[in-house]
Amino acid sequence: MAESVMRLRVNGREHHLVVSDEATLLEVLREQLHLHGTKDGCAVGSCGTCTVWLDGVPRLSCVTLAKTVEGRDVVTIEGLAGWWGRERPGEGAAAFHPLQTAAVEAGAVQCGFCTPGMLMAGAALLRDTPAPGREEIREALSGHLCRCTGYEQIIHAVELAAGRMGEATPDEA
Amino acid sequence: MKLEAPSSPSAVAVPNRIEGWAKVTGQALYADDVAWPNMAYGYLVRSPHAHARIVSVDLEAARSMPGVLAVLAGPGSTAPYGIMPSNQDEHALATGKVTYFGEPLLAIAAETLRTARAAARAVRVAYEPLAPVLKTGSQQKAAPQVREDAGDGNLHKAVDLEFGDVAAGLREAQFTRTDEFFFQGNNHLALEPHAVTAFWQPDGQLVLESSTQVPHYVQRSLARALGLPEHQIRVMVPTLGGGFGGKSELFPHEVAAALLSRSCGRPVRITLSREDVFYTHRGRHPVEMKVATGFDRQHRLQAMSFESRLDGGAYSSYGIASTYYTGALQPTTYQIGAYRFHGERWFTTKPPCGPKRGHGTTQPRALLEVHMDRVARDLGLDPIELRREILQPPFSVTVNQLDITTSGLAECLDAVERMSGWKERRGRLGKGRGLGFACSSYLSGAGLPIYWNPLPHSGARIAIGRDGGVQVACGITDIGQGANTVLAILAARSLGVALGRVRVTSADTGTTPVDLGSYSSRVTLMAGNALLTAAERMLDLLRQAAARHWQVPAQEIARDGEDFAVLGRDERAAWTEVARWAEADFGPLVTAGGYTPAPPRGRHKGSGVGPSPAYSFSACIAEVEVDELDGRLQVQRLYVAHDPGTPLNPQSVEGQIRGGVVMGLGEVLMEAQAFNPDGRHRGPHLLGYRIPTMLDVPEIEIAVVGQPDPNGPLGAKEVGQGPLNPVIPAVLNAVQDAVGIELHETPVTPDRILRALDAKRRRGNAR
Ligand code: FES
Ligand code: FES
Repeated sequence: MAESVMRLRVNGREHHLVVSDEATLLEVLREQLHLHGTKDGCAVGSCGTCTVWLDGVPRLSCVTLAKTVEGRDVVTIEGLAGWWGRERPGEGAAAFHPLQTAAVEAGAVQCGFCTPGMLMAGAALLRDTPAPGREEIREALSGHLCRCTGYEQIIHAVELAAGRMGEATPDEA
Repeated sequence: MKLEAPSSPSAVAVPNRIEGWAKVTGQALYADDVAWPNMAYGYLVRSPHAHARIVSVDLEAARSMPGVLAVLAGPGSTAPYGIMPSNQDEHALATGKVTYFGEPLLAIAAETLRTARAAARAVRVAYEPLAPVLKTGSQQKAAPQVREDAGDGNLHKAVDLEFGDVAAGLREAQFTRTDEFFFQGNNHLALEPHAVTAFWQPDGQLVLESSTQVPHYVQRSLARALGLPEHQIRVMVPTLGGGFGGKSELFPHEVAAALLSRSCGRPVRITLSREDVFYTHRGRHPVEMKVATGFDRQHRLQAMSFESRLDGGAYSSYGIASTYYTGALQPTTYQIGAYRFHGERWFTTKPPCGPKRGHGTTQPRALLEVHMDRVARDLGLDPIELRREILQPPFSVTVNQLDITTSGLAECLDAVERMSGWKERRGRLGKGRGLGFACSSYLSGAGLPIYWNPLPHSGARIAIGRDGGVQVACGITDIGQGANTVLAILAARSLGVALGRVRVTSADTGTTPVDLGSYSSRVTLMAGNALLTAAERMLDLLRQAAARHWQVPAQEIARDGEDFAVLGRDERAAWTEVARWAEADFGPLVTAGGYTPAPPRGRHKGSGVGPSPAYSFSACIAEVEVDELDGRLQVQRLYVAHDPGTPLNPQSVEGQIRGGVVMGLGEVLMEAQAFNPDGRHRGPHLLGYRIPTMLDVPEIEIAVVGQPDPNGPLGAKEVGQGPLNPVIPAVLNAVQDAVGIELHETPVTPDRILRALDAKRRRGNAR
């Protein structure tokens, strides 16, 4: 089985990895880097639990071959708060992205298995569309299955976070 | 940020989840995340036939592959096991023959999962295919025997119950009606696939970390399956990614991981793929049903006869209980003069069915509510009015000997009627649009344990450390419903301390008192009551210590926030200080409590299924639009009312209602665990088996009604399962209201609607 050495930037840190040609990005994150926050709900691109950012864009890591993302930048749920902290220099380190806080407060988390993927997609939406409408939220997150919540409290969490982020950065609103 | 608990106990504001922070940051560890040192990977080889004899197995090529640590053939287990004491019919790995497509027959451990999979491709198994058995009852005709260990033919179990004279009731009725229905089976589809890590330690102890809802039953069944004493097995549950009934018994992968670990001397992890989960199943039984009712002149329900035939799949699982449940809860909503139930469960060559949210009550409730709607239509009555006249009242006994305590059923009816504008809007929504109503009820825990024993159903232990922290230990499993948080809330409230002092340890047979598990919506009520008893005992010790310290009678000890004080005197001491006094007086502070429900009233065979300390009640109105051209059904709005007694964690109550309602919506609109004629699952993946996405969910308006129940902890009843049940018939009834068709099966797909519309048109033309 062929292997190759690759570079990957994950949550701001540079890694040199020996990766099997067949390995998915999800496998590399979970098994080699022990970033278990990214979940495997189906392994074939149908549930959204494995969503990470690849150069800032939400991507299903279970259907992304690791060797195809050589040298690129990955953010996982473990790195979301750190990314948020870096985005807002001078604010100090952040323990949570506002959507993470909102998700807990809004009751958007039950078993939590869909949560990492859902939040990565939600945080990308909030970055690109500071005040998304309900329909935009539903559209953006519709590829993410949740079996526990019935979704409403998740939508509410995104709205809650959007409201707060809007307040915090009036010039961008 | 509102993640910390408030420091004043008077304001025990409730964070939705005590573990919420871990789940949003990716820190929460699930069964497939727990990495053990030196861990190997396990994989199960599954049958490529629905029904076949295993002629020969050649493992040599697989065994000699580099990196392969162990290859095992069946049965693996030394004795058959099963969740029901009377049906011990499972083995870890099939031998002799396979009885469903996907049944495990070999287990492999290797250094990596990739190697284990490669080894699975290298094993050689020769099969002699047998005819698949896909139908139940008389439709089976000369079908081959599925379970060779189980009697003659494929009838697993037939049960009969009768209360009063149903034949006479139907004969003398002013009005009678009969309806039939087929409820399709479906899967739980918890987003987390099952996973386990097992380590058969060199000292003989077997330790498992498994995604199970029932660590106690897994421990018990494993002891039987492996011939080990129970105390040598420890089952722990890490963060669990949803269950819904699908992780409620011992599974082959759990036994296999233990066996592989023994063979290779290392911890072994087995994680199921999504496809494997569809084969592991234990989901909702497909059920064919028939109901007949007779009403008198005042529209009282004189008699009801209910028949159900369950397609059980290849093993017994919870089947006997499932069968009884299809006849158990019809009377909890309606007063019935005489009631008869006949149930059958059949073995077929499909993945075994078992309990799914609403266990066995969901299917009959769908038919019953559709039937009541049609009765109202026939009689020219408002369907809600018809029900109002016959509701089973609070604090009453049902015809099948179930004790009802509080009931918010009447309030549920009122609430959905009001929210939906039923009176003003029904019949005036325009072409293709309609409203449909249904109501239901569910248990707050089964009154009897699965295996007979006189022990508590739930035990809880409280310890107070010198640090003033409150440690709660209880065998419950938080499957995502928020059980740990509910225990923390109850501990904080009953002890009068800040929530931040409470730490909950659960789901570990090695360290926590037994709780039977997270099924039948039992946890809040049963573990909650056990915990309250432990808390009372603990407070008693603290009061005694304070009284002794201050030299006053214990009755004069009062609380002020967390502090202790003396009535009418200027003495006070902080919580931690009093805890230290008590530790000095009594030794380390530990108290425990247990909860056992009152014995059920019924004494008949089958009376063990149905009793519960308290019943929840629900109602739903669905608003739909049907496109008569393409058969598309759009559920536009759902109005749902539920009586959970005291809502201990209101945001979680809302979350449970929404989650249950949407799961019901999936069952009525799209979900089907269906099989091809050769016995293969039609689509064992998320493209073939669709569940609701964010775009499929309409606006849902919710009312929480009801009274504190005397049997519930602080008055709480269940909310995890009940709200699912009325959704399915409410949608079916709304379709009938919208376009005048009677549907006879789930799910309601566009082609079924078109066929029914067609039939209606033809009937119209014939007239
Ligand atoms: S695990 Fe990647 S989409 Fe399901
Ligand atoms: S919270 Fe369980 S799947 Fe979304």
